Amino acid sequence: MAHVLTFTRSTPDTAAKVWVDDQGAVTWGDVATVVNPWDEYSLEETIVQASNGGGASTVVAIGSALHNDALKHSLAMGIKNALRLEEAGADCNDSLVWSALAAGAVRKLGDVDLIIFGKESVDVGTDQHTYQLARRLGWTMLSYVSRIIEADFAEGKIQVERMLEQGVQTVSADLPAVISVMKGINEPRYPNFLGIRKAAKAQIPVWSAADIGLDLPKAATTALRFMNPPARAVNTEIIAGADFKEKAVTLVERLLEEKVL
Amino acid sequence: MSVFVWIETVAGAALSSSWEALGAAQIIADGLKSNTTALVFGENCDEIAADAGRYGARQVIVCPDERLHDYRLESYAALLSQLVEERAPKAVVAAATSQARELMASAAADSESGLISDVIDLRVEDGSIVGTRPAYAGKVLMEMAANTSTSFVTVRGRAFPLPTPAADSKPEIEAVGADAIPSELGARVDGFVMETGPVNLADAAIIVSGGRGMANNPCAAPSDVRGDEANIWKAKHGFANTLRPLADALGAAIGASRAAVDAGYIPYEHQVGQTGKVVNPDLYIACGISGAIQHQAGMRGSKIIVAINKDAQAPIFKLSRYGIVGDLYEVVPALREALEEKLG
Repeated sequence: MAHVLTFTRSTPDTAAKVWVDDQGAVTWGDVATVVNPWDEYSLEETIVQASNGGGASTVVAIGSALHNDALKHSLAMGIKNALRLEEAGADCNDSLVWSALAAGAVRKLGDVDLIIFGKESVDVGTDQHTYQLARRLGWTMLSYVSRIIEADFAEGKIQVERMLEQGVQTVSADLPAVISVMKGINEPRYPNFLGIRKAAKAQIPVWSAADIGLDLPKAATTALRFMNPPARAVNTEIIAGADFKEKAVTLVERLLEEKVL
Repeated sequence: MSVFVWIETVAGAALSSSWEALGAAQIIADGLKSNTTALVFGENCDEIAADAGRYGARQVIVCPDERLHDYRLESYAALLSQLVEERAPKAVVAAATSQARELMASAAADSESGLISDVIDLRVEDGSIVGTRPAYAGKVLMEMAANTSTSFVTVRGRAFPLPTPAADSKPEIEAVGADAIPSELGARVDGFVMETGPVNLADAAIIVSGGRGMANNPCAAPSDVRGDEANIWKAKHGFANTLRPLADALGAAIGASRAAVDAGYIPYEHQVGQTGKVVNPDLYIACGISGAIQHQAGMRGSKIIVAINKDAQAPIFKLSRYGIVGDLYEVVPALREALEEKLG
């Protein structure tokens, strides 16, 4: 029976203003979190592939209870099981720590055939943890997947299309494997009322490093400080002129002065 | 204890963003009183090694093995990890392309090294490498330090200047074997279809982008195309026949807002913004884009932003150095004519 696993996290709503407060902490005020936008696609693909393979789907979040919202959203969409890993003192923003915890969870589950990631996480702004998990497990990594041609869990094979900078590559691998999927691979479903009600009642188990028998590695990076980006000191000039032809000529002159043409 | 720089190649030619990475690596090398070593794998090693010397590399390690002619994560990561293990470089730097992202992360995991990705600024402080990088889709910046004996860094395209090439330089060139490459790879390539007309948003000096306003094309859709389909037809027609000629006149890449992509006006690979590409060209011309915060996250690093929009209240104007209030289907053709008159 197939077991498809995915990871998710809660991130501030994409339309939210995010800033650094007086204490140097990142904040988004009272705005709710959403599931990491790239994970909408990996959650949908996990549900579809697990269902095609007649198997189970599991979603895992690593970090604080903040991520329960993303897990509940995943359950409401139709993922069967949710799980959270939390380890006091672990710097889960460090990708080596994150991937060590993730690999520990995958090993403890024991029967995972396929891990599906969204392309990246908007909060940490990187995808490095996805590759590092594949590396720690010793599984084949297929990134930037724009289409799953076939996932055959009985035969233990997967074939996908990858969207690369120069074109589209068709590639196959034996399972287990880790893939990351692009926007556009599917149309993520909205949770329905029943799904939301069921997810609201779900008790999400929390595992620690000790539960998965893991000696946590030391963080290899340190976040020294967060900063607000320098304000764009823009003095907007709305180009004046009798007609669009005259305005266009003026704009071209300005752009030549700016030396950007 | 050198600073390694992976020179990424496509069909035997180095990416110019790799030379920017070499320039960024020099900042680290200077801070650590070290020098830079370029790594060139695959085709055309000799020529690229000589170029690496001109762009500042003191040494070049080449591996011309045929199995490295096409980039493959497993082969490249095995070789890179072997070199890191044998030579303990202080840092490994590369341009933050999609291939480098996975290669550097994988090799960093192999050696349990810190990786600071997508940096826009770099310095060395008390012997540690400190990178400034965007987080929360560019809404905030963070400074991150790597604490390991080898640190990995990827640098954002166009964030560091292209070094001025020296007329003459003689880097030390060393060829290494490829015994590290596994005899069988887990990923088997079954086929490849080259994309016609590369998008290359990340490297573009000029980007012309279209948004929801692309559907206001006065050019009527064929009579059998109705409703939403008619809007899609009109917008696609506008991208091809109004925006494309302007982009061609400027040598620009075509971008798009999420609204335009989600509505089916243009493929996803053109999307600029929080769930698309983050770009920082010299000139960004936003046509019919209102400027939602998600779009701003992807393009606010552009040097000069120009907005063309019918709605004078559109938030994009607040971010723009220049604006023309008007219908893009009138302004863009006028702009193209003005450009052709001025630039010939």
